[in-house]
Amino acid sequence: MNAGMARNLVALMAGLLFGLGLAVSQMVNPAKVLNFLDVAGHWDPTLALVMGGALLITIPVFRFVLKRPAPVLDGRFHLPSRNDVDVRLVAGAALFGVGWGLGGLCPGPAVAATLTSPGSILIFVVAMLAGSWLVSRLE
Amino acid sequence: MDTTVFTPLTGLAGGLLIGLSAVLLLFANGRIAGISGIVGGLLAPVRGEWLWRLLFIVGLIAGAALYAVVTGDLGVAIQVSWPLMAVAGLLVGVGTQLGSGCTSGHGVCGIGRLSQRSLIATAVFMVTAGVTVFVVRHVVGGGT
Repeated sequence: MNAGMARNLVALMAGLLFGLGLAVSQMVNPAKVLNFLDVAGHWDPTLALVMGGALLITIPVFRFVLKRPAPVLDGRFHLPSRNDVDVRLVAGAALFGVGWGLGGLCPGPAVAATLTSPGSILIFVVAMLAGSWLVSRLE
Repeated sequence: MDTTVFTPLTGLAGGLLIGLSAVLLLFANGRIAGISGIVGGLLAPVRGEWLWRLLFIVGLIAGAALYAVVTGDLGVAIQVSWPLMAVAGLLVGVGTQLGSGCTSGHGVCGIGRLSQRSLIATAVFMVTAGVTVFVVRHVVGGGT
C-alpha cells in the first residue's frame, strides 16, 4: 500500500471515530446542545465533558506529535500559519455562534446526521454549504 | 423545548473518541480534524486534496449510522422549524468560513495546540451561542 492510499484509509478511520464520538456523546442531538448553551434554563452540562474529554487527549498528545519533524504518512504538517487575531476571525466566530445557538447544530454533528436523520438537518447542511461557498466566492 | 438529562459518562467517552480521531489524523496525515475546513475543501476541489476529505466525511456519516444501527436511534431531536434551521445553517456556513473554523477545528484541535486565534474564536462563539439561546428562550420565548 502506498502512502496516498494509507492516508485515505486513515482519513476514513478518523472520520469513523469522530462520527462515533459525536453520536456516543449525543452532541448530534440539538436538544442537548441547546440545553448546554442554556445556562439560565434546565442546564445540561454534558457537552462540557465532550469538549473536555477531547481536549484531555489533544492538548497533551498534540505536544508530542508536533515535536516530530513530520507526520508518519506525509512530508509535512498542514497547519494554519496565522497567529494574529483580526476582525474577520472574531466576526466569523460570532456569526457561527449565533447560528449554533439558533439550531443547536455545528458542522460536525450536522454532516454526521444527514443520512441517518435527514429532514431539516438536510436543509441546514445545504444552507451551511451555500453560506460557506458564498464567502469563499466573495474572497 | 425538550429537556435532557446530564450524561457525564457517555459525554466523556464520546469526547475521548473525538480526541483520538483528531490525534490519529494529525499524527498520521498531518491534518487538522476541523469539520468546516474539511467540508470547505470539498467545495473548492484541489488536486490531491479531495479524496481524503470525502473519505473522512464518509467515515463521519458511517460512524453516526453505526451508532444508530447498534442502539436503534441516533437520538436527534430538532428544536426549531425548518426555515429557522435554514437561517442557522447559513449563519454557520458564513461564520465558519469567515472565522476559519468551528467547534472541532478551533475548539478541539486549535485549543489542542494552544493556538491563540482558536482560544479567542472558541470564547467568542461560545458567548454568542449562549446569548442567542438566552434571547430565543428567555427574552423572546418568555422563559420557562
